[in-house]
Amino acid sequence: MKFGIVVNEGPYQHQASDTAYLFCKAAIERGHEVWRVFFYHDGVNNATRLTEPPQDDRHIVNRWSKLAEEHKIDLVVCVAAALRRGIRDENLAQGFRISGLGQLVEAGIQTDRLVVFGD
Amino acid sequence: MSEVKKFMFVNRKAPYGTIYALESLEVVLITAAFDQDVSLAFLDDGVYQLKKSQQTKGIETKNFSPTYRALEGYDVEKLYVEKESLEARGLTEEDLLVDVTVLSSKEMGALMDEQDVVLSF
Amino acid sequence: MLHIINKSPLGNNSLDSCLRAAGSGDILLIEDAVYAATKGNSMEGRVREAMSRLKIYVLLPDLEARGLADRIIEGVSKVEYGGFVDLVAANKNCQSWL
Repeated sequence: MKFGIVVNEGPYQHQASDTAYLFCKAAIERGHEVWRVFFYHDGVNNATRLTEPPQDDRHIVNRWSKLAEEHKIDLVVCVAAALRRGIRDENLAQGFRISGLGQLVEAGIQTDRLVVFGD
Repeated sequence: MSEVKKFMFVNRKAPYGTIYALESLEVVLITAAFDQDVSLAFLDDGVYQLKKSQQTKGIETKNFSPTYRALEGYDVEKLYVEKESLEARGLTEEDLLVDVTVLSSKEMGALMDEQDVVLSF
Repeated sequence: MLHIINKSPLGNNSLDSCLRAAGSGDILLIEDAVYAATKGNSMEGRVREAMSRLKIYVLLPDLEARGLADRIIEGVSKVEYGGFVDLVAANKNCQSWL
């Protein structure tokens, strides 16, 4: 089955990004495809490569980048939400790309299930 | 992309306190531009999004409530409000800035069951 | 339909609103909503009552993280993340009550 994921909250502040990540990992282990993860609202903060958590904490941003690379997941950051919050191409982490809201709607159309994680 | 899916946007949060109501509306307009079957549901504090006479000058924030009236121009005409949420807030249809269909909780639940994609922010 | 709840029922009305609307289907409690799967709080009666028409699941890792795995209401089913995925796949659609 083809899954689309929406992440509405930033990393470390709210559990949404963690739950979404663990859901994606489990979906892939079950043989499903995670077609696209769309980051919206404060969720765009998951995409900055300037993120530096303490060493004993999980690296939420790099974890997304790695999962995307290994399983060809399209990580899309909403352009309007990103620009509002200072996320741009220059500070984008590996595997993420900035695009429009149409990518979210397309995920709803193209996937079998769209699952939203937020506050 | 010729496939048409039923998208429902569930709004349960008040405007201005957080950005969700505004950003939800942006997705609604894009979804309509993709020629999908769009409906909006307003429950809980989400019904406050439709309150008439919003004046945001004093908080220096854009008043986006006129957009709800413009939805018709994008062929978004299915706006559903949960009766119980309206009543719990002392509001009636007269207090709302657009024409809506008022549904009971159970009717709203049945409508949610029929959707392909349910988005909430 | 799969209803996904992520807020504590004692501090937020998400579960309450979901129970009001949902006639049948599955409810999955994740994140702070796992407190709704436990005994002894003021929402327990409503949750037990809902179990007659809805199947209730709880995300076990979230329950364990909050130290309440031993207080689960009988009849609530425990799932891991894989089970979460299965629930989404098994239901025709899903909704997160944010």
